[in-house]
Amino acid sequence: MTEPITDAVLERHGLTREEYQRILDIMGRTPTITELGIFSVMWSEHCSYKSSRVHLKTLPTTGPRVLQGPGENAGAVDIGDGLAAVFKIESHNHPSFIEPYQGAATGVGGIIRDIFTMGARPIALLNSLRFGSLDEPLVRRTMAGVVAGIAGYGNSIGIPTVGGEIAFDESYTGNPLVNVFCLGISRADEIIKGTASGVGNAVYYVGAKTGRDGIHGATMASAEFDDKSAEKRPAVQVGDPFMEKLLLEACLEVMKTDALVGIQDMGAAGLTCSTCEMGARGGAGVEIDVALVPQRETGMTPYEIMLSESQERMLLVVKKGREAEVERIFEKWDLHAVRIGEVTPDNRMRVKDHGVVVAEIPNRALTDEAPVYRRPTAEPAYLAEARALNLAELGTPGAARDVFTRLLASPTIASKRWVYTQYDHMVRTNTLVLPGMGAGVVRVKGTARALALSTDCNGRFVYLDPYRGAQLAVAEASRNVACAGGQPIGATNCLNFANPQRPEIMWQFAQAVQGMGDACRTLGIPITGGNVSLYNETDGKGVLPTPVLGVVGLIEHADRVVRRTFRSAGDAVILLGENRHELGGSEYLKVMHGLIRGEVPSLDLAREAALQQLLVDGAAAGIIRSAHDCAEGGLAVTLAECSFDSSQGVDVDVQGVGAPAAWRDVATLFGEAASRVVVSVSPEHVERVLAMAAAATVPAARIGVVGGDRIRVSVEGVRVLDEPLAAMEQIWSTAIEGYFERRLAVA
Amino acid sequence: MKFAVVVFPGSNCDHDAYHAAKDVLREDAELIWHKDTSLKGADVVILPGGFAHGDYLRTGAIARFSPIMQEVKAFAAAGGPVLGICNGFQILLEAGLLPGAMLRNRSLHFRCEHVHVRVEQTDTPFTAAATPRQVLRIPIAHGEGNYYAEPEVIERLERNRQVVFRYVTASGEETDAANPNGSVHNIAGITNDARNVVGLMPHPERACELAVGSADGLVVFQSALKALALAPATVSAAVSVLEK
Repeated sequence: MTEPITDAVLERHGLTREEYQRILDIMGRTPTITELGIFSVMWSEHCSYKSSRVHLKTLPTTGPRVLQGPGENAGAVDIGDGLAAVFKIESHNHPSFIEPYQGAATGVGGIIRDIFTMGARPIALLNSLRFGSLDEPLVRRTMAGVVAGIAGYGNSIGIPTVGGEIAFDESYTGNPLVNVFCLGISRADEIIKGTASGVGNAVYYVGAKTGRDGIHGATMASAEFDDKSAEKRPAVQVGDPFMEKLLLEACLEVMKTDALVGIQDMGAAGLTCSTCEMGARGGAGVEIDVALVPQRETGMTPYEIMLSESQERMLLVVKKGREAEVERIFEKWDLHAVRIGEVTPDNRMRVKDHGVVVAEIPNRALTDEAPVYRRPTAEPAYLAEARALNLAELGTPGAARDVFTRLLASPTIASKRWVYTQYDHMVRTNTLVLPGMGAGVVRVKGTARALALSTDCNGRFVYLDPYRGAQLAVAEASRNVACAGGQPIGATNCLNFANPQRPEIMWQFAQAVQGMGDACRTLGIPITGGNVSLYNETDGKGVLPTPVLGVVGLIEHADRVVRRTFRSAGDAVILLGENRHELGGSEYLKVMHGLIRGEVPSLDLAREAALQQLLVDGAAAGIIRSAHDCAEGGLAVTLAECSFDSSQGVDVDVQGVGAPAAWRDVATLFGEAASRVVVSVSPEHVERVLAMAAAATVPAARIGVVGGDRIRVSVEGVRVLDEPLAAMEQIWSTAIEGYFERRLAVA
Repeated sequence: MKFAVVVFPGSNCDHDAYHAAKDVLREDAELIWHKDTSLKGADVVILPGGFAHGDYLRTGAIARFSPIMQEVKAFAAAGGPVLGICNGFQILLEAGLLPGAMLRNRSLHFRCEHVHVRVEQTDTPFTAAATPRQVLRIPIAHGEGNYYAEPEVIERLERNRQVVFRYVTASGEETDAANPNGSVHNIAGITNDARNVVGLMPHPERACELAVGSADGLVVFQSALKALALAPATVSAAVSVLEK
């Protein structure tokens, strides 16, 4: 263990010379190779947030309902009835490109552990996915593997996947995004922390044995890809959902006993991270002996044991005298809890091997005192050109009908049925709104309440305007839960960006975080935690900046949930919000002209807040029969989606928007102006809804009626779209599976 | 009446079956750990869905060795009503309480969605309250629900009226398109010779409340109440009535 620390060794560990000097200063001596490995993973971007931390500190994290903000395994908000919603989103982007099935599966496993570690029973999963063009065989392989991995893990463990979103863009071809959100329910006064305290208390290891898999996974996730990335496959872990199910049930049973001081899962940076973080949080030290750690391979070094990212492992601190009780519960579930160390008074992480100290580092040097960088930012050169959009240069806009059918078949817009039927979305019998029907909604058994959940981000908008694009992501995610009748009460974010060492990427990041923070402050939505994923780039080409927001909305009366689909012929169709000539960054421009260009839609957050409150109030009053927000594809696609799965056509007539005249119809039908929602209302409630909108200063117009078997849209009296519902629904509902069936036909 | 819901370590629909019996039907119900050796006086036994031991081997292949399965077998042999749902059905096949085996879905994908099944027989304790050929809208959620048995076994099942549920269209027609997994003869559920053990792949316990999309599955549980109400006190007495 006396390998000299050369530049090559530092590079292999992803550490700079300056960072190494800092380690020397902290230690006052040359670190052992085990210590160097520990520093390297804890100071990796993935664990330390060294590039993002200064920006994340500006986000709003407090509020009357917040029970737990950032810093623990997950955030928590009060949902009444003495209960807490515990939730978080996390990325598993890099592993999912290298090995799609296991990468995605272990991402699900990791976020589930974060939730039950807090003492909450997980009841819902969502995922936010981004892939390249489905025309690429590689992308289809990646997507099929990711979906199967999410299904394989979530289905086995019995937590329903109730929603999420998927979008496609070439920038994600070599860097798919796999963001997984999990929500659990616990007693508000029984939330458990990842803390170690009480000198002499035993430190237990339980779960899967430690192997050599995943060593330096956190470091891998902190670097960009190149053509050698496939060689990193050994750094991806392999999941065992059955082991996780045992851990979940056993840990929840142990938590009922109050015998625990704290508990943490071993995720990124494995035993290293859990040991020093628990000690740091509890203001104590933790001493372990790696020789006691259950191992599934022979001859593992302390370095390998400390850095392994083998899945399905937990670290527990047990109150003195309660050890036998805890061991008994794990035995019941055929798990063997092993005492590997104890809590010490000295704020240090001490690692022994057969009693000989092999690493000893102050906890805080690894956590709070990790390097923090205020990396240089510079407005990207592409912006000026990308924002300039001269429609005249695009020729003619195309016939409305052709645009409409092309958009319905665009994978970003098309039904995701091929995906979500592979997920068990009904287990636990809480799912009130099925996937594809709007925000995911789960009831909270034992109460009258339900929770609406949505994850959203339009990367094109963020690319064109990181500040406003991030605000639009906040607005869309919260609008989606409001459509279901949910009052947004908390959020979690997953910030996916390219290489932060490039100043223009760091500029995107800084702007997006500021936009997200400002929007959440205005809308009163605290962000209780999340995850940052940087270096999402391959050979110098980055992903669209994709700051995903997952919002939790509280529905007071589970029986008043609102879905996207029309209900009855004769219901009035009302457009809340106003159409504007805003085609910048639209799906229309991308699909029809191959462009990501223009000014992104404007956003008035005060008006957005009023709209959302109107939706929540209307749902609570039971007078809104369906609600669906206008997003990709604009008003025409939104109307169609309200008709799909409802067997009800629609006939509307709307005011046209703006100049130039040749573009009026396209801009009216397919523009993506924000803060718009299509609702349907029974005829006797129309005046009441319009009056409520007027009182809230939300623009509202009765634009048509539900019914028939066609989708009909007129602009100022002239019919521009008149298509059979069944044929349109066929295009929309089979577009994605078409890509995969074609692949099978070739293979 | 008391329902026993067996809990294998990887069961994940145990709470749902319990919820249906206890909270929806308001009957007595108890979760029974798979290492237990008593069914604790239950009148009906449910083997719930899930992945009993991870099912990395064949589904249900390890579960049949759990201590409680001796009790379940004895209970079934005495004529007690036993319902296996999804993984529970797979376990009944592995335990030899029902004939046949499961293959992977013909799509090779896990599938979760509402399907329609037709009640083929009403003289079992889990269909007694249904009307003949009643069509139920119930979810499936499985990767290995493609029921298979040798032709002579299928022939015997059909001849003895042991096919209890079949996948059909919403209007009750048996078509290939209505078959979500490739099962022989669109078989969704079967019973044993004595007609007291029933296994099915769809999840009736997930369809017991309109709030979650369908209450069509309730009839399966109500059937157990009806069947047992026909005879008082003991299970064997109840089942002997059924057999007549």
